[in-house]
Amino acid sequence: MREILYKDALVEAMREEMERDEKVFVMGEDVAIYGGAYGATKGLYEQFGEDRVRDTAISESAIVGAAIGAAITGMRPIAEIMYIDFITQAMDQLVNQAAKMRYMFGGKTTVPMVLRTEGGAGRCIAAHHSQSLEAWIMHVPGLYLVMPSTPYDAKGLLKASIRDDNPVVFIEHKMLYGMKGEVPEADYIIPLGVADIKKKGSDVTIVAYSRQLHVAMEAATELEKDNISAEVIDPRTLKPLDIDTILTSVKKTSKLVIVSEGYKTGNVASEIAMLVMEHGFDLLDAPVKRVCAVDVPVPMSPVLEDAAIPNKQNVINAVKEICQ
Amino acid sequence: MKESKEELIGYLRKMMEIRLFEEKVMELLARNVIKGASHLYAGEEAVAVGACSAIKPDDYITSTHRGHGHCLAKGGKLPEMMAELCGKATGYCKGRGGSMHIADVTAGNLGATGIVCSNVPVAVGAALSVKMRKTSQVVLCFFGDGASNNGVFHESLNMAAVWKLPVVFVCENNLYGMSVAASRCSAVQDMADKAKAYDIPSMICDGMDVLAVRETIKKAVERARKGDGPTLVECKTYRYFGHSRSDPRAYRTKEEEKEWRNKCPIKQFSKKLVDNKIFTEQEIAQIEKQAEEDVESAEKFAVESPYPNVKELRDDIYAPSPTELVNGGAIR
Ligand SMILES: Cc1ncc(C[n+]2csc(CCOP(=O)(O)OP(=O)(O)O)c2C)c(N)n1
Repeated sequence: MREILYKDALVEAMREEMERDEKVFVMGEDVAIYGGAYGATKGLYEQFGEDRVRDTAISESAIVGAAIGAAITGMRPIAEIMYIDFITQAMDQLVNQAAKMRYMFGGKTTVPMVLRTEGGAGRCIAAHHSQSLEAWIMHVPGLYLVMPSTPYDAKGLLKASIRDDNPVVFIEHKMLYGMKGEVPEADYIIPLGVADIKKKGSDVTIVAYSRQLHVAMEAATELEKDNISAEVIDPRTLKPLDIDTILTSVKKTSKLVIVSEGYKTGNVASEIAMLVMEHGFDLLDAPVKRVCAVDVPVPMSPVLEDAAIPNKQNVINAVKEICQ
Repeated sequence: MKESKEELIGYLRKMMEIRLFEEKVMELLARNVIKGASHLYAGEEAVAVGACSAIKPDDYITSTHRGHGHCLAKGGKLPEMMAELCGKATGYCKGRGGSMHIADVTAGNLGATGIVCSNVPVAVGAALSVKMRKTSQVVLCFFGDGASNNGVFHESLNMAAVWKLPVVFVCENNLYGMSVAASRCSAVQDMADKAKAYDIPSMICDGMDVLAVRETIKKAVERARKGDGPTLVECKTYRYFGHSRSDPRAYRTKEEEKEWRNKCPIKQFSKKLVDNKIFTEQEIAQIEKQAEEDVESAEKFAVESPYPNVKELRDDIYAPSPTELVNGGAIR
């Protein structure tokens, strides 16, 4: 199968959906001529023009608010917030408007929008451009949360998100845009709420998403050498979360490690761990382990940045602690 | 010119330092000695130097993602700045902030931000504190044309006006916010006009002319010190490099860039000094050489400095609290 970049997979998803449905449009800072800060809207402006690929002012709250307004009146906007760190400026619109409208208005409104943004560390750009704030989003009822780890998933999940009638927060990872992977040419969709078993195994379940999926996969390869067979599960969407696939795996392995690049306190991993406790306490043979970022603002200096987020060795150590 | 010869030469020298620092940063980014992002200030030197020359050492500034120039103009030192950009332990922020978060708090630079416009309400707060503490300080708040489209800009101006705070809003209008021309994302041409909605007086000046900036900011600072409240000063300027390192600059023309290069604040000011027989060309060349050497030695200092110790990763997140307040420091 042909291989393309993660960022090009995103562009393809948007292009195909824009061709399929003229209500779909893109807006955000530098998405037009510039093609998006990470190149994830490249070529769309040339193909669709400035009506459907709109550069906006640096007005995060207005970008999200305008997307909501367009969505509830019949359009299907894709709003790009350049870095997830900047949603801090748009939280009111996202949390109080996008997430709540349908519920508050008795189910009479739908908010079919996608808020595309990126997150994560790895480029030495410090505490205002490196965070993993997905736990914030996951907390709020009314929002869907998608975090693809491969080009294939990126395309299929973005297409599903665009077609979905709910507000979807779609978080890409800054270190994955340049990653290549197999993507079919044919139209395909990956439904939200379906986890993917990225590697089969029998001794321990590792749940990891976004860039940390790849860290977990490397750790799993290394663990094979020590005769530890890890099953690696990528939830792909954190909300809705496919807890069944995780439970089925834990039933087989009896052990669970969750890897996340978010701050440890109040992490997505905490929620997954608790769900497994609630629904499968009897399945567990060992305490659940979390491998998360240290609770510090992500520092710029490369040595500190590396130390702040999980790495392969952290995952291996966590697995060994409960497997030996 | 009413400034003394020393003052004039000081402005020139600072502008040269900023320019050479930025050119060096460009080189170090290309060589991957500096990692991460850096937004270069070259072309805009007259704004930082002119504005900061109009305030006193104990006055405050708040800075932006394009903050190297502000830091230097407010008294920052080249070696500590370069070390910070390289992520070294000897940098102003111990390598944690890097280019985008450069701060030199003891010199009154309250810090740069990576979140566009998030420094503007902070400046208002600093000015409120000045007023409440009844000192005679003022606050200069730097931001871009792009930032003035952000909601918090409007909230901040309103608050500063209502409370008549001693803050000068300095808009560095370099015509673009990343790739988007100001004319494509702002409904008004002159950002200065935005002050009208809040009954704040505004002025526009040539941001390529250090003395023009200085004169204009001085007037605004006087108003602030007298207790007459905030002013918005818009400086028309231009950034010579791309927005950040990977910017192909497809959104502007070579001709436009050339036109603004011809207005180079350093060349213009040097010429003025020579034409007015205040300095000879040789003397100016001498100053430039000195600045070059200083930048070189800052580079050397930064490169030779150690990286931070990973053991200090969790330091400074919280201020130490008395144990009776936080359960024996259990917060960690
Ligand atoms: C809240 C927020 N939105 C977007 C960005 C990304 N970004 C960084 S600088 C910039 C352009 C800023 O333009 P302007 O305020 O005019 O300052 P200039 O870069 O021209 O100095 C953008 C969009 C950001 N850092 N923060």
